[in-house]
Amino acid sequence: MTNNAKVVELLKQISDKIDENAQFLTELDAAIGDSDHGINMARGFKKVVEDLPGVAEQDIGAILKKVGMILVSTVGGASGPLYGTAFMKAGGVVSGKMEINADDFLEILEAGIGGVQMRGKAEKGEKTMLDAMLPALDAMKAAGTADTRAMLDAGVAAAKEGVEYTKTIIATKGRASYLGERSIGHQDPGATSFTVILETIAEAY
Amino acid sequence: MVGIVIVSHSETLAKGVVEFCRIMAKNIPIEAAGGLDDGGIGTSFEKIMGAVERAQQGDGVLILMDLGSAVMTTEMVLETLGDDTVHMVDCPLVEGAMEAAILAEGGMDVLAVKAEAESAREVRKINK
Repeated sequence: MTNNAKVVELLKQISDKIDENAQFLTELDAAIGDSDHGINMARGFKKVVEDLPGVAEQDIGAILKKVGMILVSTVGGASGPLYGTAFMKAGGVVSGKMEINADDFLEILEAGIGGVQMRGKAEKGEKTMLDAMLPALDAMKAAGTADTRAMLDAGVAAAKEGVEYTKTIIATKGRASYLGERSIGHQDPGATSFTVILETIAEAY
Repeated sequence: MVGIVIVSHSETLAKGVVEFCRIMAKNIPIEAAGGLDDGGIGTSFEKIMGAVERAQQGDGVLILMDLGSAVMTTEMVLETLGDDTVHMVDCPLVEGAMEAAILAEGGMDVLAVKAEAESAREVRKINK
């Protein structure tokens, strides 16, 4: 599916996409949160790109772990420890690998999402990034790894549906939970940023 | 002496809690870890890590957080440190900090101070 050099390239593309969407993500967060998601994510991934040359020759596990550590240190909001833990856990399942296939990618995703659940102690249906992550993972597992294109497309479609679903529910986790019913009608910024990232991965394939 | 670290999204809030505790606890190591490295709103892994290291005199450190990412980022600092004398305290920030500071100043050990600070959750401000 991909090798370490392509992963580095992909991280740059993710950084660009997050940067393009920074204002949109921050606007989403302004409606139900603390107005920093886009700015925070853009700052984190900008630093990732700056520091990538130092690890570009290393294995994919080491690269992903480094990304996680950078995000924890630079993002500043809740998405820092959440995405940071996700990348660190993801790196853990591909330690030493210079190349990965679609099965590895599913393992990366599963470990990363498990990290988000562990750190955030959230479940499906609480209006968080998990509402895009968990359906995307399920859809990709169901699609299977024989056809990587179809697998990625299924994941993106499910993530987008998950984002739409977050508009219909009340937030019960994070700062948005204080808003109660006023959070209905707004899509979750974290679910949206995950979908942007997954879409970038699917487009790059 | 037990050290205390105040973690907040706001640099001003963290420093304010430290200032308030100092009135009653002149000698303990108590550190503020508020805001991002540039002073903006958020929580900083590096700031928390640095504050814990400064507050650790060998008798343990208690970390009190405001909410959300302050808790999650502190968890990651603890996992990275691997020091079993450093603990998070689940309590109201101001009340818990004041209680912890006074007891730490009195020489109580880290787990006892932690338990007392956590009991601050139950204290009512207005008696009914």
